[in-house]
Amino acid sequence: MTDFDITSKTIDGIGPHGAKIGLLRVLGPAHVWALGVGIVLVGEYMGWNFSVGKGGAFAALIACWFAGILYTCVAMIDSEVTSTVAAAGGQYTQAKHIVGPLMAFNVGLYLVFAYTMLEAANAITVGFLMDTVANMTGHEGLDQRPFIILAIMFLAWLNYRGVLATLTFSLVITAIAFSAIIILFLFTSPLLGSDVLQHQALMTDLPYGWLGVLAAMHFGLWYYLGIEGTTQAAEEVRSPARALPFGTLAGIMTLLIAATLTWYVCVGLMPWEYLGQAGVPLFDAARLSGSTFLMVLLGIGTLFATLASANGCINDASRAWFAMGRDHYLPSWFGAVHPKYRTPYRSIIFLVPIALVFALGAPLDQVITFSILSGLLEYTFMPINVIMFRKKWPLDTIKRGYEHPFHPIPAIVLLSLCGITYFAVFLGYGTQLVAMIAFYIVVSLWFHFRRYRFVRRAAQFTMPWPRPQGY
Amino acid sequence: MDIWNIMEYAAWALSAVFGLIIVADWLKTDSTYSDDVLLSSQEGELEAMTEEHKV
Repeated sequence: MTDFDITSKTIDGIGPHGAKIGLLRVLGPAHVWALGVGIVLVGEYMGWNFSVGKGGAFAALIACWFAGILYTCVAMIDSEVTSTVAAAGGQYTQAKHIVGPLMAFNVGLYLVFAYTMLEAANAITVGFLMDTVANMTGHEGLDQRPFIILAIMFLAWLNYRGVLATLTFSLVITAIAFSAIIILFLFTSPLLGSDVLQHQALMTDLPYGWLGVLAAMHFGLWYYLGIEGTTQAAEEVRSPARALPFGTLAGIMTLLIAATLTWYVCVGLMPWEYLGQAGVPLFDAARLSGSTFLMVLLGIGTLFATLASANGCINDASRAWFAMGRDHYLPSWFGAVHPKYRTPYRSIIFLVPIALVFALGAPLDQVITFSILSGLLEYTFMPINVIMFRKKWPLDTIKRGYEHPFHPIPAIVLLSLCGITYFAVFLGYGTQLVAMIAFYIVVSLWFHFRRYRFVRRAAQFTMPWPRPQGY
Repeated sequence: MDIWNIMEYAAWALSAVFGLIIVADWLKTDSTYSDDVLLSSQEGELEAMTEEHKV
């Protein structure tokens, strides 16, 4: 271990110290992009439009861009920190190294809950989509359960068999889903001579004033929720210092484009009162365009975006759970790596029944709210994390693959926007917010008094980082 | 029975197949290798291991 130095200019701050097995480093920047965008893009296909219902079309656009600023800060901060923490677990591992064990335990749980709940929500959506198609072909009363279970079991099997195939699959279906949005925009916009968009007739002022804009921020997160998941690939990319910032920043740029185009097309085809409660707004927009080709394409895009999201969620939740097991924050049994497929197979298996229980037994809006709130708690941790990181390890003390500009402005902006979003969430889901914070306080007490004694105190830090300043 | 009924049965069957494959491999792996091997991975060491890995 001592032969390797994180300040080195030639390696990514990681070196061998005698393990018999480990995750496989086979991924490139495109896989990182697919992981991040794949988890999120389903939010463009459904969900974001509830922000229209909260405050009208313009409120949804304002929320889209302010949430875009929030997530750009997330992407920049994450890119810098994770380019030095090249290990599975993402923000959990960052918290472990930079803040402390209690923060790490909480962040690890935020990650696992956010992704497992989102996976369950995606599986529910697959069942809903199959039912919609069955209804369109004249079949009433489809049993959605086998399709929900199949989506989870197939993607779990894919994740079990290896990360390269898993994220290559995500890359292909995410690229198709993203291309479908671009094609919809091109075919409906005046650029190609179409006149189906009716912005002048459909756009209105803010129906609920600026309070509606504030309330819209809650669902504005849907445009980008999950882009921070790119960091979970840190232990499996060939070059973490280069691939993680590149894939993450390319991902947020992709999503900013996709979100704005989605808003533009949908509000030009549907009145805000309908759009604000539509189940599958992009698919509805394609149907309203009058083109069968676009309808089929966006139908496929919706299904692919849903599967890509569930796929990325299984990948990320299992890495976070695995990393916590490896450090004994959870039973060490979960820290196993498959000797042939080189995946955290026990963590993948363990999370399957949990996802199934929520997908088959919980209402969709509750599942998604739990996911959003866990994500929001995670974003609140990030500015604190990066400020401590810069203070403990200034720029000249540790090698970074990316240095985010204007520090600490992004951290302050992120913290401020998180505060606004908490208020927005409180307006709609105050009880759930309080209940969830109470839950995390209870599990924190359990960790402090019962679990912390099992944590591998010094042995959990195997990356050859220099000593932090002031210690 | 129409195509959708058949697809429902096919989805049940495929789900069971994927589940059985995973569980069978899990049991086989856990009985073949010791936890000393399976639990030995550590953060920050894999780049060099990959260079040694033969595909």
